[in-house]
Amino acid sequence: MSVLPNQQEQVTLDTFMRGLWEENPVFVMLLGLCPVLAVTNSTMNAIAMGLATLFVLVASSTLVSLLRKMIPKQVRIATYIIIIATFVTIVDYVIQAISLDLYNALGAFIQLIVANCVILGRAEAYASKQKVSASIINAIGMGVGFTIALLCLGTVRELLGAGTILGYQIFSSNFEPWVVMILPPGGFFVLGAWLLLFEYLKQRKEQKLLAAEGATTNGS
Amino acid sequence: MKEYALILVSTVLVNNFVLVKFLGLCPFMGVSKKLETAVGMGMATTFVLTLASICSYLANEYLLAPLGLEYLRTITFILVIAVLVQFTEMVMHKTSPVLYQLLGIFLPLITTNCAVLGVALLNVQEQHNFIESGLYGFGAAAGFSLVLVLFAAMRERVTVSDVPAPFQGSAIAMITAGLMSIAFMGFSGLVSS
Repeated sequence: MSVLPNQQEQVTLDTFMRGLWEENPVFVMLLGLCPVLAVTNSTMNAIAMGLATLFVLVASSTLVSLLRKMIPKQVRIATYIIIIATFVTIVDYVIQAISLDLYNALGAFIQLIVANCVILGRAEAYASKQKVSASIINAIGMGVGFTIALLCLGTVRELLGAGTILGYQIFSSNFEPWVVMILPPGGFFVLGAWLLLFEYLKQRKEQKLLAAEGATTNGS
Repeated sequence: MKEYALILVSTVLVNNFVLVKFLGLCPFMGVSKKLETAVGMGMATTFVLTLASICSYLANEYLLAPLGLEYLRTITFILVIAVLVQFTEMVMHKTSPVLYQLLGIFLPLITTNCAVLGVALLNVQEQHNFIESGLYGFGAAAGFSLVLVLFAAMRERVTVSDVPAPFQGSAIAMITAGLMSIAFMGFSGLVSS
């Protein structure tokens, strides 16, 4: 695929916002689900994982976009993977240096950011074709969208599963924690519930639109 | 002999890679819409995952550890996997066109399957030896295939049944997976370790 100059996208607010809502990597595209479900049993883990992914996403998108004219087409995937793996190694050691507890809680999932399809997808579908500025802004949007999704799951699971948020007690001691929320099945259920909520809102909006259209045609 | 059997049972059922460890969810959600493709993906993954587990063990033991290059582990492993996938594709293309037609389209997807990299990293973390690494890889892949095929069969049934409108699509798939995960938690008393 050759890229024509006029395909360069203008940097607008939409470049950033797209990753938050319209093309949210988790809720809309269902990409990169492994860390989303695996490390969201507490809010702290979710924040750490989100920020780590955000950093790798932005850094690798920048580098891929800078080098996009130099990377031969045949070996582009391998090149992207090496770029991503480099930044992941950096993050891996930084987190290990900051907090060993956090590092142990996240387990192998820090290193597994390499195989997160959101990042490779951005490099292949966006950063390899667009200007550096557009790529950076798009990557930030995607990364923030990913972090928000992690937070959505992390807070709900920690609140229901342990009655706390970020370790602070929210419910009174009479609250019996839903242990299943911390366990693996809880991850599936909470993500399912979020998807259900978004789908419900979307369908209600469409119905309202239809009803409004029907009213105008009847009135005329 | 007993410990090898334990590794197999524990990776296939008790610590299932998809439902308990949350590895390899992208293909689990992505290619489980039809039973046939799920079987193909399962076979391709089993082949690559077992090989990748052994190769990454060898790379770690005889290349990285003697040279003191442990910090390059992530890069090395992902490269080993990428090369292995490419190599498998080429060999399959030359030797068995039938198999290639069946599994060919799934092979590139395996590179970004985090279960493959996950197995390689967990092998190092849990200090498995050569045979254990191979078995661990094979067990993980067998567990992945088992769950993938079961899930695909269920999704085929779900699509023809009457699902409430907001549940349709990925929401019902997630909840089905959650129920499967609960069912697999029932195996947790099987191996005590």
